[in-house]
Amino acid sequence: MPQKTKMTLKEIKELLQAEVISGIDCLDMEIKFAGGSDLMSDVLAFGKPGILLLTGLSNAQSVRTANIIDAKAIVYVRGKKPDKTGIELAREKRIPLLLTKYMMYTACGLLFSHGLPGVSGLSPKKR
Amino acid sequence: MMSDENKLSHQFEITGGDFSNGGRTSTSIKEILQEIGIDHSVIVRAAIASYEAEMNVVMYAHRGVLTLNITPEKLHFKLEDEGPGIENVDLAMEKGFSTATEEMREMGFGAGMGLPNIKKNADKFEISSIPGKGTSLEITICLDKTEKK
Repeated sequence: MPQKTKMTLKEIKELLQAEVISGIDCLDMEIKFAGGSDLMSDVLAFGKPGILLLTGLSNAQSVRTANIIDAKAIVYVRGKKPDKTGIELAREKRIPLLLTKYMMYTACGLLFSHGLPGVSGLSPKKR
Repeated sequence: MMSDENKLSHQFEITGGDFSNGGRTSTSIKEILQEIGIDHSVIVRAAIASYEAEMNVVMYAHRGVLTLNITPEKLHFKLEDEGPGIENVDLAMEKGFSTATEEMREMGFGAGMGLPNIKKNADKFEISSIPGKGTSLEITICLDKTEKK
């Protein structure tokens, strides 16, 4: 299994068999760590600038929260489609949005097991 | 917006219960701080604190007014809302304590992290509340590096 500590959005898209909702021109973007939560309160408390946010919360608050904490991109899990307001804001703020049918656990597990660390910096290599 | 030589002042009205627009004020505040070239790490702290404060008004109050004063030394947020207020402020400051409804949780909020998270991101945080009338918050974030968190 390839062990990397960062991934491009394109690699993440392929790994999660994801659809790109917005930001198709940003797939070269490098992602260094990720975090998953449906609770924006937790994202605001524990998220860090540069995070790839995985969430099942599909309303505009997910994009507003991502913008507030300077998240790099959002992956919606469980096939949850972001609403129109969220997509418009994401386009305006240039936050790429991806959509995967995988459940949260599987999506996070796939990224982690391929070497993408969590917010705390823990990665499969360092265990 | 008002300004004099050393002070910029912005005021925003926040409507209670308006979940679809919740967060717009803080998004605007972040844009303002970016435009005037505030340090990036300070912007993130200010944006998080104002977003949490704004969402508290959206979730719990009837309406609120957020005033942001920017001086060379600090960002100062004052948020005054009209609403039910907070019965026990000490309890509300505890991580995990929440009186959120199901609708609030569906919006991704109401985990009892809001007020503690504002405090964490502020250099100075004051809260006072009169049950049945409303809540007042004051958040200060220092721009002077010697006083920064």
